[in-house]
Amino acid sequence: MNDKDKNASGSKMNRRDVLKGLATVPVLGAMAYGTWRKTRQEHIRNHKLSKELNMSAEQKEYSPFKHDGDTIRIGIIGYGIRGTQLMKAAGFTHPDALQKLKDQSATNSQDKRFADFQEQDDLNIRVTGVCDLFDVHAEKAIAAAANIGREGTGGQMGQPPKRYLNYRDMLAADDIDAVIIASPDHWHAQMTIDAAKAGKHVYAEKGFSLTMDENYTIRDAVKSSGIVYQLGHQGRQTESYIKAKEAIDKKLIGKINLIEVCTNRNSANGAWVYDIHPDANPNTVDWATFEEPCEVKHPWSPERFFRWRCWWDYGTGLSGDLLTHEFDAINQILGMGIPTSASASGGVYVWNNKKRGDYVNEIREVPDVWNAVLEYPDLDFSLLYSASLGSNNSRGKTIMGHDGYMEFGNSLTVYADRQSTRYAEQIKSGLIDPELPIYTYIPGRKNTDAVATATEQYFAARGLLYTYRGGRRVDTTHLHIAEWLQSIREGTQPSCNVDQAFEEGVAAAMGIMAHRENRTIFWDKDKEQVV
Amino acid sequence: MMRDTDYSKWQLWSLVILRVAIGWHFLYEGIVKLLNPNWSSLGYLMDSKGLFEGVFHSIAGNPALLNVMDSINMWGLILIGAGLIVGLFTRIASIAGIALLAFYYLSHPAIIGVSFAMPTEGSYLWVNKNLIELLTLWVIVLFPTWKTIGMDRFLFNKK
Repeated sequence: MNDKDKNASGSKMNRRDVLKGLATVPVLGAMAYGTWRKTRQEHIRNHKLSKELNMSAEQKEYSPFKHDGDTIRIGIIGYGIRGTQLMKAAGFTHPDALQKLKDQSATNSQDKRFADFQEQDDLNIRVTGVCDLFDVHAEKAIAAAANIGREGTGGQMGQPPKRYLNYRDMLAADDIDAVIIASPDHWHAQMTIDAAKAGKHVYAEKGFSLTMDENYTIRDAVKSSGIVYQLGHQGRQTESYIKAKEAIDKKLIGKINLIEVCTNRNSANGAWVYDIHPDANPNTVDWATFEEPCEVKHPWSPERFFRWRCWWDYGTGLSGDLLTHEFDAINQILGMGIPTSASASGGVYVWNNKKRGDYVNEIREVPDVWNAVLEYPDLDFSLLYSASLGSNNSRGKTIMGHDGYMEFGNSLTVYADRQSTRYAEQIKSGLIDPELPIYTYIPGRKNTDAVATATEQYFAARGLLYTYRGGRRVDTTHLHIAEWLQSIREGTQPSCNVDQAFEEGVAAAMGIMAHRENRTIFWDKDKEQVV
Repeated sequence: MMRDTDYSKWQLWSLVILRVAIGWHFLYEGIVKLLNPNWSSLGYLMDSKGLFEGVFHSIAGNPALLNVMDSINMWGLILIGAGLIVGLFTRIASIAGIALLAFYYLSHPAIIGVSFAMPTEGSYLWVNKNLIELLTLWVIVLFPTWKTIGMDRFLFNKK
């Protein structure tokens, strides 16, 4: 081949090279065009939809509460399961328990509970007094309160708090500013009233009261004393509930006609059939004080002491114990208050077998399957509660309205109703598909949300355990206590104050009365009493 | 190995179309992730089952590693997809694609007794679409087309 030929064939090859080399590049153009078209269409749809719904994009900041100012000196009354959780939320955990969390975090990278606890805000409080009728629990409370270094076994310990055998002595002490009450329900009223009289601020666990009458006496005592009272419905701090309220206020689902809430558990712990501590006996437990509020006294019963939620003498059953969480969540969103009427039914259908080893001497009194209907004729809706302590088929919370419905727990999802008036145009135009959510809210979407035990998962799914603030996972109970402390420092009212608590307490008491008296209970709004 | 110049026109263009289609699938999956600020492989990894679920769960449990995996996945899909389409570094792109698909297959294997939260549009036993795409990429590697149709032509014909 001579040079001329070589050049000619070379240039011919070059042109072919270029064409063949770049033959598939236009496909990228098609991809770009297709992506642009699709993205634009979705963008327009989303823009139109978000303009229509007008929901804010803001996320709650991590810690909305301030902790500066004076150190508040806390007394803890009751260090059982819930008391332990409350102390942890306040920043105090027994070194051994913390060591266990630390060890578990070391072996399981998804278990973040130790780091979460260590990173939890310091609330600027000191636990100066503890009170528990069971020696073992009291000793644990002392060690937890002294664990100011938030370390495991062998860590830095501070001054141990004083142990009081009777809470009345604690209330009389000068170095107590406020108390956290996590005693059984039958003591809530007396302890709150006594604390209010002593001028000590109160954070009390639900249920608000054991009986209808107590609702009035607690409210009066709190109001006349001027103390800062917070009822322990930590759901008040759940972001998805706050978003749900915004969605209701912006009329995303229109006029509400039915609300469905539920509780589902299927374990001995979940059904309040707790372990009985082997060291509990009449020498280590102050049984007489435990029984003090009871009209009829019972002989020493470790079963009643540890599983008090199973008997009406001490507990409020599903009504005061778990309906209240659901009621307060809805009341926080809708502010519907006390129902006009309540009816309820259920029974001991699951945990009713002594032979199975669930019980030692006595079978529970309070139902484990229970349903209640609260009516709000003035607002044109019913609130339906159904609970099973023998099935994990959790059904979430649903609020149904003419224009749509919302399902929520830890997250929030809103759907348009096919027959909606508000969305009729948009459904017709295809902007809204009733099969697909029109709004979803998942807090902390990019974060790992792996929690360890089944119970924790249960609570997390209901927004009762963790919420996300500013991309960090945080215990809602911690926030709820922080809000109470801020209110004490600033002299303001917390979110679940005694007025809110009164509404919860009356609703729960109506549910209990309806069940135990087997009749519909009516509430007179003006007279503020059952009729 | 068959040299690409030996293919008939039909063979050559069929292989090119196959290569471009797989590239398209990769590229678009990557772009979708890039355009969604909330995208993360977390849910997918947590949904993992089978022999290697522990490995994938521990990746999901480590925020730093998860971020790296998210980036590798997103940019891997985009670069592999673009490479396959335009035929640039096509062999490397194909092999990287096989590796990525192997990860998907191993994290969500179509084995007996395992079901996933991730919805699927079909029914699979041992063989699923990830595996088929993986095997197809292997065919693409063994029957190269990029020296003829693709930007690799410029690189390979230099020498």
